[in-house]
Amino acid sequence: MNRQGMLILAVLGVGAVIGAPFAIPAFITQLSFLWLMVLFALTWDIMGGQMGYNSFGNIFFFGIGAYVCAVIQRDAGLDWHVAFFIGMAAAAALGVIAAAILGSGMLGLRGQYFAIATLGLGIAGGEIASGWDYIGAGSGLVPPLYPGALGAREMFFYFLFLVLAIICFFTLRRLYSGRFGLAINAIRDDEDKAESMGLHTTRYKTIAWCVSAFFLAMAGAGAGNMIGFIDPRDVAFAGLTFGVWMVLMAILGGKGTLWGPVLGAAIFHITQELFWTYLLGWQRVALGLLIVVIVVFFPTGILGWVREHYPEKFGQAVDAEAQGAAMGEKAEP
Amino acid sequence: MDNVLILFNQPVIFLQVVVDGILFGSILALVAYGMALVWGVMKVINIAQGEFVMLGGYVALKFADAGLSPLWAVPAATVILFCVGWILYWLVVHWVVDKDIFISLLATFGLSIFLQQIVNQIFSADVRTAESGLVSRSFLDDRLVVAEIKVLAFVLAAIVGGILWVFLVRSRLGQAIRATAQNSRAARLMGIDTNHVYAMTFGLNAAICGGAGALVAMTWVIHPYLGLSYLVRSFMIVVVAGLGNLPGVIVAGLGLGAAENFAGFVFGAEYQAAFIFSLLVVILVWRNWRLGRQRRYLK
Amino acid sequence: MSALLEVEGVSKVFGGVIANADITLAVPEGAIVGLIGPNGSGKTTLFSSIVGQHAIDGGSIRYEGSEISRLRVAEIARLGLLRTFQQTRIYGGMDCLKNMLISISHRREGLIDMLSRHSAEQVDEADRHLEFVGLYEKRFLLAGDLSFGQQKLLEFAMALMNGPKLLMLDEPTAGINPTLINGLIDRLKRVNEEIGITLFVIEHNMRVIMDLAQHIYCLAHGELLADGTPDEIRGDNRVIDAYLGAH
Repeated sequence: MNRQGMLILAVLGVGAVIGAPFAIPAFITQLSFLWLMVLFALTWDIMGGQMGYNSFGNIFFFGIGAYVCAVIQRDAGLDWHVAFFIGMAAAAALGVIAAAILGSGMLGLRGQYFAIATLGLGIAGGEIASGWDYIGAGSGLVPPLYPGALGAREMFFYFLFLVLAIICFFTLRRLYSGRFGLAINAIRDDEDKAESMGLHTTRYKTIAWCVSAFFLAMAGAGAGNMIGFIDPRDVAFAGLTFGVWMVLMAILGGKGTLWGPVLGAAIFHITQELFWTYLLGWQRVALGLLIVVIVVFFPTGILGWVREHYPEKFGQAVDAEAQGAAMGEKAEP
Repeated sequence: MDNVLILFNQPVIFLQVVVDGILFGSILALVAYGMALVWGVMKVINIAQGEFVMLGGYVALKFADAGLSPLWAVPAATVILFCVGWILYWLVVHWVVDKDIFISLLATFGLSIFLQQIVNQIFSADVRTAESGLVSRSFLDDRLVVAEIKVLAFVLAAIVGGILWVFLVRSRLGQAIRATAQNSRAARLMGIDTNHVYAMTFGLNAAICGGAGALVAMTWVIHPYLGLSYLVRSFMIVVVAGLGNLPGVIVAGLGLGAAENFAGFVFGAEYQAAFIFSLLVVILVWRNWRLGRQRRYLK
Repeated sequence: MSALLEVEGVSKVFGGVIANADITLAVPEGAIVGLIGPNGSGKTTLFSSIVGQHAIDGGSIRYEGSEISRLRVAEIARLGLLRTFQQTRIYGGMDCLKNMLISISHRREGLIDMLSRHSAEQVDEADRHLEFVGLYEKRFLLAGDLSFGQQKLLEFAMALMNGPKLLMLDEPTAGINPTLINGLIDRLKRVNEEIGITLFVIEHNMRVIMDLAQHIYCLAHGELLADGTPDEIRGDNRVIDAYLGAH
């Protein structure tokens, strides 16, 4: 595609995401959730796709974010907006700190052990939260209500999640194109080789988890407020819904690609909103089945399939003939 | 911390906690042994392990609902779950068994959600128990209470484990399974139908879990979301004991059962689950750290 | 002056099989040292012990005068001691240039560096090394699509990119087209003379190792059998017996 075409497409895209809540105000909450899903899929893919470390417990950082922010809002006694943004910043900070501490221990573990350890982590989070009175234990927390008119609240959260998702996307794009991206890909492809070349593997892995936790904790802070009620097991540490969805969305779109998780999140969320209600409670059964089917028969996901069949579209030279064309291009697609 | 003092001031309570823990641990050892079997032979970490236990429990529940003695549910659950495992192997696991371990990890993860939710749809999320009709016996002037069903569960767990062991060592299929575990490619070259071996192994594992699950339903409680805690426990046991170490699995299983009971007593029952899941993280990190000092890591 | 690498009394047992028994050798700075021996004599095991891929059962390994036998693989690599693998290991899913860029030295690497991009100088350097091994034309091809010999050259270039002081090569000519072997020997010598990288080379091809190395160690059955200059080794009956299997 030429430059002009890209530009027009970009302008149209920006117009669509900004205009959407005004054009179809009835769907604003669903659209906000769409951006949340994009955040889920993107942050999961840092570990699961780019680095080859499946994490079943990323929801842990989301939960931390939701609780930290809500507790600060509850106890600070400040103006709503001030308290919310302080809470969000604190959530991000704590999320990163938690990821750094847990990561320095857990990320010495190789992939499959890490995967199961994270499974434990996510659930431990929910269990501890539902026993801890300071944060409302099993009955959860209700963050203070957004001040202002009814429509303003929805608008606020729509743009909050939109901005978060966009920042996340471009941050990852930037990181993937540099040393960090190469390093985590190398860890995925052959961790022993990476170590034998002196790569600080645990350090890179921990940074990857911290980046993931940073965005997830902020998403959690926002989502707790948007949903309006923080239940320890069903909202904050919702392993069975959000936690599973993030895995599914990333592999559906194509793990290990930048656009894959975005695409996967969009497809999953729209399908869910349109058809899920017809399944009458069997949604989660379908969810499990869907994961099995995708993993078994379509493991590369949508973008992975495209990349396999049209590698040149991804800036990858394929053989000696394609050499001449590729020589002129820059190293980074 | 008062609870800790009680433990030491009242040796009988201490004993009660240990006995209950060990009786429960026998079930854990059984489930963990199944997991080690699948892991060792097929190089698949079965995330749906706990769901097999849960399914076995619901078989017992159905027996109780139908007015049959749930004791018959133990062999029935074993047979039914064997079939379930065998079918699931050919439907799902077969496609991922020789691939990257992450693919099978994700596939069995999907399987676990599928099974858990299907049971949730059919039986609802209620916490239930299958009445066995057995009573409790008291010892030491009524201060130590042991439910007969727990002892029975312990004995049956030991019997199932023993049968499995004899089967693996003596039978043709058992030998084929052990050969495949050592080197699947060599086994294939020697004419062993590894797909058949895998299917039987996966079925056997499901059968063991099913039997264990029926015992769980009679002795404790079951609900659709029970599986994960059994997965995590059995994984912990295998990691501590090592693959292919039957005595280790038994000791670790009994130990975990007792440890968990102590934790429940000391921290309160509401934190018992949190304890198990946190313990998993701690054990993995600790094991890996120990190996790291010998320039190795958990493999 | 002490040597760059000193191996003293190193032993390694794998479940009862003695892979290395009491091996003592030294690699002086700036030299090219060879390691030969029949199959299964423990050469690769010794390499793995030196770079920290497994714990050793006894003895000491000193690099630049300090003990490294308890350090981890990555720490040793960052000291400038690198190995290549007999079964070549490259990142097959990345193109050659990326393989090179990921192999830059990680000795001093702060958080900012980890999150930044590769500098133009690093890309130039990668191109230079690829040119050096003759893979420049293929730098945007997937490394996994290269032939085995080319992958071997790429792995060699990756090691150079890392800027090691001591490079341990495990059979650099195995699988390489015989017509290219002379070129490779020439490059190895240039690396040694021009960049000053000390080389420690396992090699099966006698012609290559006799031409290349100044000093050769010979292992057999996990023990050090003989050592000396190429001429001494060539005339050593024990070495000949070991290779022909006469005992």
